Amino acid sequence: MKRRHVSAIVNGDPVEFLTWPGSTLLDALRDELLLTGSKEGCSSGDCGACSVIVDGRLVCSCLMLAAEAEGRRIETIEGMAEDGALHPLQRKFLEHAALQCGFCTPGLLVAAKALLEANPEPTESEARYWLAGNLCRCTGYDKVIRAVMDAAAEMRQARRL
Amino acid sequence: MSEVLDRGVTEVELKVVGTRPIRPDGTEKVTGAAMFGADFSMPGMLVGKIKRSPHAHARIVSIDTRRARAVPGVKAVVTAADFPDLASEEYEGGESASNLRDLSLNCMARAKALYDGHAVAAVAAVSAAAAAEAIDLIEIEYEVLPHVIDVEEAMAHDAPVLHAHLFTEGLETRPLSPSNIAQKNELARGDLPAGFAAADVVMEHRYTTAAVHQGYIEPHACVASFAPDGQCQVWSSSQGQFMVRTYCAKVLDLEASNIRVTPAEIGGGFGGKTTVYLEPVALALSRQAGAPVKMVMSREDVFRATGPTSGAVIEIKLGATREGEITAADVVLKYQAGAFPGSPVGAGSMTALACYDIANFRITGYDVVTNSPKVAAYRAPGAPIAAFAVESAVDEMALELGMDPIVLRERNAVKDGVKAAYGPTYRNIGYLETLEAIRDHPHYAAPLGPNQGRGVAVGFWFNVGGESTAAVHINEDGTAVVVTGNPDIGGSRASMAMMAAEVLGLPIEKVRPIVADTASIGFSMLTGGSRTTFATGMAVTQAAQKIVAELRRRAAQIWNVDPEKAEWRNGAAVCLDPAKPEIEPLSLAALAGRSARTGGPITAEVSLTAQGAGPGFGAHICDVEVDPETGHVTILRYTAAQDVGRAIHPAYVEGQIQGGVAQGIGWALNEEYVFDRLGRMENAGFLDYRVPVASDLPMIEPIIVEVANPRHPFGAKGVGEVPIVPPLAAVANAVRRAIGVRMTDLPLSPPKIRAVIDAR
Repeated sequence: MKRRHVSAIVNGDPVEFLTWPGSTLLDALRDELLLTGSKEGCSSGDCGACSVIVDGRLVCSCLMLAAEAEGRRIETIEGMAEDGALHPLQRKFLEHAALQCGFCTPGLLVAAKALLEANPEPTESEARYWLAGNLCRCTGYDKVIRAVMDAAAEMRQARRL
Repeated sequence: MSEVLDRGVTEVELKVVGTRPIRPDGTEKVTGAAMFGADFSMPGMLVGKIKRSPHAHARIVSIDTRRARAVPGVKAVVTAADFPDLASEEYEGGESASNLRDLSLNCMARAKALYDGHAVAAVAAVSAAAAAEAIDLIEIEYEVLPHVIDVEEAMAHDAPVLHAHLFTEGLETRPLSPSNIAQKNELARGDLPAGFAAADVVMEHRYTTAAVHQGYIEPHACVASFAPDGQCQVWSSSQGQFMVRTYCAKVLDLEASNIRVTPAEIGGGFGGKTTVYLEPVALALSRQAGAPVKMVMSREDVFRATGPTSGAVIEIKLGATREGEITAADVVLKYQAGAFPGSPVGAGSMTALACYDIANFRITGYDVVTNSPKVAAYRAPGAPIAAFAVESAVDEMALELGMDPIVLRERNAVKDGVKAAYGPTYRNIGYLETLEAIRDHPHYAAPLGPNQGRGVAVGFWFNVGGESTAAVHINEDGTAVVVTGNPDIGGSRASMAMMAAEVLGLPIEKVRPIVADTASIGFSMLTGGSRTTFATGMAVTQAAQKIVAELRRRAAQIWNVDPEKAEWRNGAAVCLDPAKPEIEPLSLAALAGRSARTGGPITAEVSLTAQGAGPGFGAHICDVEVDPETGHVTILRYTAAQDVGRAIHPAYVEGQIQGGVAQGIGWALNEEYVFDRLGRMENAGFLDYRVPVASDLPMIEPIIVEVANPRHPFGAKGVGEVPIVPPLAAVANAVRRAIGVRMTDLPLSPPKIRAVIDAR
């Protein structure tokens, strides 16, 4: 079995890596590119801790083969803050204390970012259903949802100005 | 002015404690930079994997590792033969004692596999693929034995016996034959028959709960390195680096000074990471391979081989007068321990009636071994199970008596001066205050619609203190570092920094809290038992107070005045000597800059055994709607009041309450271990073991009640565990009032509710 060469864009930068045919995108991100912000909680697409955005679409990176990343544009938690400034979602998570252990947080943030790109004005119910694929065992989701709604409001406000 | 100040615990106005600053470790956790257990790597690191028993109960006849060792890239293969065969020895670890022999046997089976998923061998190889291939090539001959998982079946005389050496403790006469009942315990007071005779109403019920997992999202993970000179390093995600060191030393017969454990960030624990599974195995593999070894569990491994907490049967008989005085209670608790003794039935027994002042009671507990994973602590271990039965029974009594369930609880509530069912006399408790908080909350009077019901339940947890160490270092620019030995599971760095900042008179941003490795700070018991903010917070506060005393001494030395004349105010020494009115205050930065000439670096370390952790009480209201078509329960609204003594960082206190409630709702409605006829877990994944997701829950409203704990410098009591105690019954009581039928078996899954509705 030979490793295969893959070229992709990760957080805006061109990257190249070698991958085994059976390796997942999550394996490649964590082990080859050393981007360990995406977490492995289940490897079955049930917990969302490995959430990344591939060509604008939210995916569980544990369910996608690394080889499928060829030519794709991938966004991970490491690319969420821009030029040293936290994304409004990241700031609101901190302000609302929307994390306790912080393990599910990268996946929740990436999923919430995808939500607000698809729907800048979600209802609480829409936010809860969109994020239903991201398990958090610490917070009971209350402060997570508040942070997402608050970030959405702030981002809408910023867009209007 | 808060209750804390009113009671004179501290007379100064608090500037930091009680506010909501951004947590000091926040940015790295929202940017993906924080290093959790599986995020650490070393050069030349190998991949370790575990071979697990496919049988629930089997004698290991032989293990042949020759073909596995021959796989290219395989560097080590270990079995129980590579671990010392330990004698039975109880060790007081964290929240509960562990038997070191059992701990070792749980890490690696010797002679017998006791549950599906029990580790029987392990390999380390240069790649995950090579390790997986070698695991498949380990040949194990098993003699499959009959197994037993149900707690009452395991107690039966003709049950398959797990341990030939296990004889029931706590009986009046020593039994003649081994049994799966490891222990019987009893708590009793008063005259039980007289108590029931005095009752107008006597009710008897039998309740069951399923085994449930802590469900932390981060699987267990570690990297271990065993150097040729015997120096060991471990990086792992756990609730206590000192716990990991102790257990590795015991299981491998090493000296503690040869093991240095560095705590990774921990992705949830809830009690489930108060023990070791991988670390001793990784060290044994590293010793054989001569290279560092990384081990990461799969989610399936986590379900099959770690946690959970007990499935249980609880029988309760309750007697009360028409006026609502509970005159007698007889409670029998039967808890699964899993493969080795040590269920939380002791704590279940002690907490069962802790909210009630009852003259006559008996609580009998049975700790029962079963062919399922050895239970681990789970948030208020044992208490939610007992509370489910007691709070359901009290609710039935309220219905029978036609009384409001809060009024019935108030009528029988413990208060200061009452001797708790488990022994001590209560002081400074805030139980009635939590009942009052929910009774007066608009939620309790809000109207309900069809198929909706409102449940009330209360809960108790001891909270613990214990051994902690903290150090405070003043940097040359007047900023500070706070060092503790307790992993930060849910924001404790913030509360540690806040307490230090408060004492030092610094803004929170100038205090950097870190969690140190076992060689860099004095011993600290693990993060558990709701002890960290209380006990380690006490050590932090005392260390900061020592710093302040030292700063005053140094200022006085510079001013050439008596130290009594140097007072610490708002982060600066102020001279009180009326003879020297011209002296300007000396800031912390100014004093730190002169430290070389006033006695050297300014640091303090405090080690203590904290006592006087105030017990915690919570009172919850839950509204549900039951869909009569499907049996599905929707949680409509949830309000949870809790006495926390003093909220150091109220947002993280609220988070603990909300998180505990969510876990309790999962326990009540969805979660359970399901085994097939061969004793293999059928739902070892998050698809089939369903923890609550965001769309399952409403907002959860916390009410922080503050009845100060005078034993803590800021009045704090433990917070984290109480909130998981009431929800099981709060949900069940709401369902009872929605459908008119008492549901006694958790989880309250749709098929069970449908069956009850159809039979109604």
